Amino acid sequence: MDSFTPIASTLGGMLIGLAAAGLLMFHGRIAGISGIAGGIFRRQPGDVTWRIMFLAGLFMSGVLGSWFYPEAYRVGIDRSSLALIAAGLAVGVGTQLGSGCTSGHGVCGIGRLSKRSTVATASFMATAAITVFIVNEVLGGAV
Amino acid sequence: MKIKVGAFLGGLVFGIGLAVGGMTQPAKIVGFFDFAGNWDPSLGFVMAGALLVYTPIYRAVVKQWHRPIWAQSFSLPTRKDIDWRLISGSGLFGVGWGLAGYCPGPALTSVGARSHEALVFGAAMLVGVGAYQIFMRLREERTDAAEGQATPVTDG
Repeated sequence: MDSFTPIASTLGGMLIGLAAAGLLMFHGRIAGISGIAGGIFRRQPGDVTWRIMFLAGLFMSGVLGSWFYPEAYRVGIDRSSLALIAAGLAVGVGTQLGSGCTSGHGVCGIGRLSKRSTVATASFMATAAITVFIVNEVLGGAV
Repeated sequence: MKIKVGAFLGGLVFGIGLAVGGMTQPAKIVGFFDFAGNWDPSLGFVMAGALLVYTPIYRAVVKQWHRPIWAQSFSLPTRKDIDWRLISGSGLFGVGWGLAGYCPGPALTSVGARSHEALVFGAAMLVGVGAYQIFMRLREERTDAAEGQATPVTDG
């Protein structure tokens, strides 16, 4: 429990909620990162630029954040490139097949009291927990 | 123009929230699921903080507003059915999330922070997203041509 950060995490979560609420109030959209990214490939007229701008803002937050506080982007776990590629593919395909990720289902979906998003969140939380258990307890913490 | 600036600011604040909340550190994500080891409940506090702000605003806006400030109408998910795609896709996402400790938002902002791990993960994720979307679009175009069906909407 030495790395538990209850106050910073609650504040960070509130900022995420504020950004998601802002996107709803100003643009009428759900702030689901995987949905915003996936929609770019669908190339519907008038529906691409706001997506690219949102993702550009997300990218820029990392550029700025790493100038002021690079420790915030520390990985802290031992993962090979092969594991990262496999994980990236699973997240890429999984979020599109499942219509959302932590932000779209876990925050906005549960916030909307959506049954679909609650089921999706339970599903990805469960498989994440099983995966972490296997990596840490069976494979010794490094893959 | 203002719509584009608004979306950019939304992404910026979202990404700052992720970093402040510790969600750009894969060790903290893995730590949340490490019930058998050194459990770190931080992720739960991030989600609770986000829901605390988002839920009441969502309810008030959807109930009382006729339209968003800078758009003609709200674009909200309408689907209610629970199908195998939702459960298996989310399950597959969770495997990747637990394996790397990155989900899409933190991965993208960490690429901006020049994290090598996020870049490798993010490139593979982009391939996965793009391959799925292009495959589905080609399939829908074929179905549309045959039956004239509408395309499905995502949840977020």
